[in-house]
Amino acid sequence: MLDLATIWAGIIAFAVLAYVVLDGFDLGIGILFPFFRKRGDRDVMTNSIAPVWDGNETWLVLGGGGLLAVFPVVYATVLPALYMPIILMLLGLIFRGVAFEFRWRTRRASFLWDIGFWAGSTIAALMQGIALGAIVQGITIIDSAYAGGWWDWLTAFSVTTGIAVVVGYALLGATWLNLKTSGALQERSRRISLLTCIGTITLIGVVSLWTPFLNRTYFERWFSFPTAFFSSLVPLLIAICAFLIWQGLRTDKHLQPFLAALGLFVLSFIGLGISFYPYIVPGALTIQEAAAPQSSLLFLLVGAVVLIPIILIYTGYAYWVFRGKIDPHEGYH
Amino acid sequence: MDYGLTAELLARMQFAFTVSFHFIFPAFSIGTASFLAVLNGLWLWKRDTAYLSLFEFWKTIFAVTFAMGVVSGIVMSYQFGTNWAEFSKRAGAVIGPLMGYEVLTAFFLEAGFLGIMLFGRKRVGDRLHMFAVAVVALGTLISATWILSVNSWMHTPAGYAIDAKGNFVPENWWEIIFNPSFPYRLVHTVLAAFLTTAFAVGGVGAWHLLRDPTNRQARTMFSMAMWMAAIVTPLQIAAGDLHGLNTLKYQPAKIAAMEGHYETRDGAPLVLFGIPNEVDERMDYSIEIPKVGSLILTHKLDGRIEGLKAFPEDERPPVAIPFFAFRIMVGIGLLMLAVGLWSLWARYRGNLYGDRRLHKVALLMAPSGFVAVIAGWFTTEVGRQPFTVYGLMRTSESLSPVAAPAVGASLTAFVVVYFLVFGTGVFYLLRLMGRTPTVDEDHDLEKGPIRTSGINPGPAEELDRARGKGHA
Ligand code: HDD
Ligand code: HEM
Ligand code: HEM
Repeated sequence: MLDLATIWAGIIAFAVLAYVVLDGFDLGIGILFPFFRKRGDRDVMTNSIAPVWDGNETWLVLGGGGLLAVFPVVYATVLPALYMPIILMLLGLIFRGVAFEFRWRTRRASFLWDIGFWAGSTIAALMQGIALGAIVQGITIIDSAYAGGWWDWLTAFSVTTGIAVVVGYALLGATWLNLKTSGALQERSRRISLLTCIGTITLIGVVSLWTPFLNRTYFERWFSFPTAFFSSLVPLLIAICAFLIWQGLRTDKHLQPFLAALGLFVLSFIGLGISFYPYIVPGALTIQEAAAPQSSLLFLLVGAVVLIPIILIYTGYAYWVFRGKIDPHEGYH
Repeated sequence: MDYGLTAELLARMQFAFTVSFHFIFPAFSIGTASFLAVLNGLWLWKRDTAYLSLFEFWKTIFAVTFAMGVVSGIVMSYQFGTNWAEFSKRAGAVIGPLMGYEVLTAFFLEAGFLGIMLFGRKRVGDRLHMFAVAVVALGTLISATWILSVNSWMHTPAGYAIDAKGNFVPENWWEIIFNPSFPYRLVHTVLAAFLTTAFAVGGVGAWHLLRDPTNRQARTMFSMAMWMAAIVTPLQIAAGDLHGLNTLKYQPAKIAAMEGHYETRDGAPLVLFGIPNEVDERMDYSIEIPKVGSLILTHKLDGRIEGLKAFPEDERPPVAIPFFAFRIMVGIGLLMLAVGLWSLWARYRGNLYGDRRLHKVALLMAPSGFVAVIAGWFTTEVGRQPFTVYGLMRTSESLSPVAAPAVGASLTAFVVVYFLVFGTGVFYLLRLMGRTPTVDEDHDLEKGPIRTSGINPGPAEELDRARGKGHA
């Protein structure tokens, strides 16, 4: 059934996915900072994302702003429920975002901003993963208001999803570096890509096996006909992606491992979608219940339908302008 | 439930703190983005390297400011949910789509072209680069438009209905966007951003003129800034006057607080100064000019102005903050006017670059725009208390169900991180502003290596070079 609310759920899901894969490799590069000690390598790493990170992060603002506009109840219940992880994520993003500029503005203290870049990226990624885990395990909502405590989000499951996201982002970052760099730096990113690939696959497995046991509906969704068909398909596709990453790295392909790593994220995201639907907050709010009045949905949809394709075009153009390998001898500004 | 009260107070402090910090950066980057577009246009048109080197000089400053504006802005867009959940739930359907449009029409535009603006001149050529610079400037203005529409709707709600659950439901988007106070607030705030930039640029120009009156770049920026000061300040004062009349119509209690009027009077005086005494409900030690208050607000000598006592006690805003903040803003506006007129006089006498006293005053005035802008917002926002949606939804009803210790912890974290990060950022900005703006060989883009993701060297290197040069 394709009504406005469902269309909007799709658009928000698209914004979140776009955020995860795009800012995922930015944050991944920050997470990997400790593995690259040379100043020159770090300059190349940050230069490879400096022109695009702001646009990547804007998808997060669209996800949040869009939620407020079209699913205000979700925005008003999920954010208080995840108060601590969200605030920590925001603080992490502050350090990460200013580090791009600040590390060039000083010599003596630039190592401090490198630490800030690493810590900010890692905390932001960890908190995003924890937030995801907390939503999957369920949020207490009574009378369309959050009714839990301010530590409810912290469980073994959410910490596991947090770590999974950190490792997954590191994989995205490493394969991005394999694409954008050359020489010793690329060699190193290739090895890290392999390790993080193994880690990511393992953690995807753990989380996937754990999820059905959190909640009966997930279990039924995954192990009953016809969705069981997908349940067997998704692992298969994940295995294919993993193979493509491995094979691409071995045969010195530059783009393939990155795309296959993105594929892993897209598949996991689809898996989540299968678990959630038709809920938007699992077990508490359905897409229909949470939707804003029709006039809000329609008013913003007109703009979204026209503007999102335009945004994708000029964002693609910006990526194209800065295509190719980064020259290590180039300065910043 | 004194816990609830504490959580509310903490949440208000957190919002005020984070939004004040946020606004400092856009106030500067909105003006700087337009300034850069003008500089780049002048360079392409006249091919005078002074403009190019000024562009490069201010571009780096803009990049640092912009980064801080972005990260502090993302905090804002999530805080409605984390701290003002009830407000988000009830008003989200009305204000959310406006913010959604802000993201779609402004934030993506700025972010998409920022990279090309900062790093791409060589890669895309002069024309597309100019386009990118102009688009970023336009993006900042579009962003201001939407967010001010949202804010204005909260002051003067229009075009809505209220459903059975008490939620605001949009009825007429045109009326929502162009709500009664929006045009005034938009004009006044955008002019404020331009003035903030003009005085910051003027101050930097003055600093370099004081050190070397012959520096061409310093002369050019000082002259441009003083033109802005002379032309825009009178416009801003006129806009402020109209804004005040609009506020009198829709939020008379706020005007009473700003003016320090407790009693309703025909032919009310203008209170120049005084100390609000909220216990006895009167102004202590006030210095007044008879009748002028009515003259300004009603344009009649014996017009009637309602005092605070005319409003129910639980609908009155606090007095002290709007009263003092308003005076700070208007005082700065008058000082800006004086500087603008002085610069015209110096220009007329042919002494704009030689008048060291003017340069010193301009240097002192460099931060004035920031102070005025924050003072202005404090007037506006505290003056509309105790409501978030004026007359319809109280601040106390807007809160999230988050316990006070959580809000206290986050507030503390914000204070520490903001002072650390943005304090350092401001230090770097000042250092960048202190570089002597030269037409350096290395600034010349025709030379040097192709720098795909960068144009000029880091400031540390530039600083050294500038110093080496200066002392040689
Ligand atoms: C989109 C809406 C919006 C915008 C653009 C602003 N504010 Fe605001 N402000 C609010 C929406 C809001 C609010 C959510 O409605 C608050 C939170 C609690 C309240 O009473 O109103 C608020 C409160 C609030 C307070 C606390 C007042 C009090 O509790 O006594 C201050 C000092 C400011 N704001 C200052 C600012 C500044 C400096 C802004 C400049 C950018 C600004 N606000 C823009
Ligand atoms: C509570 C209110 C506000 C919210 C929620 C908010 C939200 C945001 C967000 C999320 C960003 C980052 C966008 C990006 O990723 O590029 C941002 C930046 C920006 N905001 Fe705000 N904002 C608020 C108030 C204002 C006001 C009052 C103005 C201007 C009048 C303004 C003007 C800008 C501009 C021009 C930028 C671009 C970055 C910069 O120039 O520094 N904002 N804002
Ligand atoms: C001297 C003449 C000025 C007058 C008469 C004036 C008047 C006003 C009034 C009445 C308000 C409150 C609007 C409300 O009730 O919501 C206001 C707000 C504000 N003022 Fe001014 N102002 C003046 C100068 C300035 C200057 C020089 C600046 C900054 C450079 C400035 C920046 C602001 C800002 C940012 C706000 C808050 C946003 C808004 O509501 O527009 N003002 N001003």
